[in-house]
Amino acid sequence: MDLLVIHLFNALLYASVLFLIAGGLSLIYGVMRIVNLAHGNLFALGAFITASAVGQWFAGSESAWLFLLLPAGAIGAALVGAILEPTLLRPFYKRPEEYQLLVTFGILMILEDVMRFVWGPYPLSATTLFGKMGSMNVGEWIYPRYNLLVIAIGGLAGVFLWALIYRTNFGIVLRATSQDMRRASALGVNVNLVYVQAFTIGCFMAGLGGAIIVPSQSAVLGMGVDALVLSFIVVVVGGLGSLEGALFGALIVGVIREIGITVFPEIELAVLYLIAAVVLLVRPAGLFGKPT
Amino acid sequence: MSEVPIALRPAATRSPLRIALWGVPIAVLLALLPYAVDPYQTILLGYGLTYAIAVLGFNLLLGYTGLLSFGHSAYFGVGAYTVAFMVKYLHTESMELFILGTIAASVVVTALFGYVCVRYTKIFFSILTLALSQVLWSLAFKFFWVTGGTDGLRVPTPKLLGFVSPAGADKIEFLSRGYYHYVLAVFIVCVMVMWVIVHSPFGKALQAIRDNETRARFVGIQIRRYRFMAFLVSGVFTGIAGALWVPLNGLTTPDILYWPFSGEIVFMAVLGGFRNFTGPIVGAVVFNYLKTYAVGFTVYWQAFLGIVLVVLVVALPTGIVGTVRLLAAWARRKAYRW
Amino acid sequence: MVNLLETDALTKHFGETRAVDKVNFTVRDGEVLSLIGSNGAGKTSLVNLISGLLQADSGRIVFRGEDITRQRVDGRIKAGIARSFQIVNLFDELTLLDNVALSIFSREGKTRWFFTLADHYGEVWEEALEILRHFGLESKRAQLAGGISQGERKLLDVAVAYALKPRLLFLDEPTSGVSTREKAPIMDVISAIVRSNRITAVVIEHDMDIIFKYSDRIVVMHQGAILASGSPEEIRSNESVKDAVFGPTHA
Repeated sequence: MDLLVIHLFNALLYASVLFLIAGGLSLIYGVMRIVNLAHGNLFALGAFITASAVGQWFAGSESAWLFLLLPAGAIGAALVGAILEPTLLRPFYKRPEEYQLLVTFGILMILEDVMRFVWGPYPLSATTLFGKMGSMNVGEWIYPRYNLLVIAIGGLAGVFLWALIYRTNFGIVLRATSQDMRRASALGVNVNLVYVQAFTIGCFMAGLGGAIIVPSQSAVLGMGVDALVLSFIVVVVGGLGSLEGALFGALIVGVIREIGITVFPEIELAVLYLIAAVVLLVRPAGLFGKPT
Repeated sequence: MSEVPIALRPAATRSPLRIALWGVPIAVLLALLPYAVDPYQTILLGYGLTYAIAVLGFNLLLGYTGLLSFGHSAYFGVGAYTVAFMVKYLHTESMELFILGTIAASVVVTALFGYVCVRYTKIFFSILTLALSQVLWSLAFKFFWVTGGTDGLRVPTPKLLGFVSPAGADKIEFLSRGYYHYVLAVFIVCVMVMWVIVHSPFGKALQAIRDNETRARFVGIQIRRYRFMAFLVSGVFTGIAGALWVPLNGLTTPDILYWPFSGEIVFMAVLGGFRNFTGPIVGAVVFNYLKTYAVGFTVYWQAFLGIVLVVLVVALPTGIVGTVRLLAAWARRKAYRW
Repeated sequence: MVNLLETDALTKHFGETRAVDKVNFTVRDGEVLSLIGSNGAGKTSLVNLISGLLQADSGRIVFRGEDITRQRVDGRIKAGIARSFQIVNLFDELTLLDNVALSIFSREGKTRWFFTLADHYGEVWEEALEILRHFGLESKRAQLAGGISQGERKLLDVAVAYALKPRLLFLDEPTSGVSTREKAPIMDVISAIVRSNRITAVVIEHDMDIIFKYSDRIVVMHQGAILASGSPEEIRSNESVKDAVFGPTHA
């Protein structure tokens, strides 16, 4: 029974991070109809920035300080996104999709080496916070408290985003633009501004995912490339373009992965793809998908 | 005389004779290369030719059918690993058997993946192909006792045509002479076969599907079936490329299945120009040189290539061949004004 | 005389809206029929249902005695139904000749062949050229379909459908988006070809002059149902038709 709780926590932990990354991807696609192949690298960027902030620049500070610094990665990623969108992405909205994918692939390659240049080729860790929070007892097992913080942040982010999209004026504008960009524009919405805002939020989410996971795992080059594939699985399962889709997709992937690696550790990743394939054959647009 | 611009002469009406006119000299030049340059350069071009076959196959989907696959590393890898498995488990030595085995394996994997993927288009198709290619990557990674994991599997130089083999002689010598010519021969055959395919009624049907799916359906073409066929042919070509590549490399690792390699294949097609027949070939060869020298030049070669790609997409979307054609047409119009 | 096409209580809903509401639509062999009605009357939906772009919610479609309600598009084309589109659908990156030739290749079942050059099928290209000639597009045969005028694109759309040698041809607003002085010449060409080849045609149109000049019979739709059907004279004098199509204030 206690072991089940542990497994549940692990599943939720994985799901929380996945939700943040895939949610950002889905939000951007929902509003702007572009898929950013470099999205995973914004997750990685968030991880590296936070790892630096917590593990190097302000290492040794009070725990409270370090906690406040945790979102540094998210803010950094958001800033990069805010710069990238108007400069490198906007020229491509009117062009065929292939070119959008290509330019984001180019950005991926550039970002990968930017991170290599700034932080070097070695993994960067910032485990102080992880250690500071200690562990708690779940029956006869020990479980790190920090993981629960990650789950909490993931949940809070979901709630906050839901409120933003469905309870604020900004959310209305966002939804209007995503449903019918031309009409929104005709009604006076500054579509360019909405686009850069949506993109920035999406990047913030990805960066946050990286920021909160880095105390328990190191930031390493190539983690972005891995993360992108995982977020693709989430959107294949949950549907591309909706927050609910990202949430449920992440939960399903998290749970099934946990089951998979408990029963048969080798096929960890393959299990995820299997889920994706099954979902696709049954419900082509994903569980909550918008028709393409 | 102002006239609505007439299309550059449709490729279909270019007779095979005209193509032989400049194709044969190029083929002869390529064949004579090993005697003019050092073995390293020859082997480098050998790599380029294998990538060219891969991208030629890839472009049947992109340029002619309008489907952007971000998962072609899977089929390249299938080719490479099939050869490696045949070496490890069947102790095969014959290159011809390797190619046959690769075709068989490619057909199976491509048919499976294609069946799932062709029910989708555009972004979702691209995402799916990427995700599926990662299945193979993760399998190659995890089942290390079968695939050698990250260490990979070694592949010795094979026997060509049953009798040509290094047999203790210099491996570099073999790769830059006999094996290079073998690769060149297969490359030429692949080019000819693909040329016929894209200029066949089937090829026209694919282009119709690319241009207007609705109209193609209402002309009686069964969209999904044709996309599937294109997917199959595309994957097999790329698989053959992988099989040719692995003896050159001597080794295959999961890296060849990792999705950024799929991205490089797309890059090559775009670099050369994906709306032309020769674009992918040019793109693959040029990219190979570009990457090789970039890697030797700086540790930040990825950023360099990334910048090249961004510039390409912004400024030269028709790629090298497309841009050259545009310049040639512009020059021709200027000449007419005289 | 057996009807070429009959629909039996054909229905299609879009959410709450009844786009096509239990429609019994018949087309007689050899006639040129105009399908008219205000916007949203259900004309295009009806054509979409019969041609196979949409699946019916209920009802039957019987063509030449066979129930084709569940048939896929390629099956219906083989059976002899073809169509053009209101917003032209063409292969923009292919030449005019290619566009028509594709129909012929498909009709002949030749699109499966990938080991022979398309150029070798001389008879296909000759027939394509002949069709372009009928439609007056021969001089532009080497141009890309995306680069010709709107009127020419409309004609090409019909030519592509015609090349399938259909028994029943649906023309969805063949003169829409075309300047007024081009409309009659376009309809002349289409009408001549259709009549001389004994093709049954159903034309969706809004231009009343064209409708009254070229139709054997007119079917009026309103809010998803057939309001009236008859010869041009009968329809012209039908008051309820005038109200439905033009509004009660029309003189």
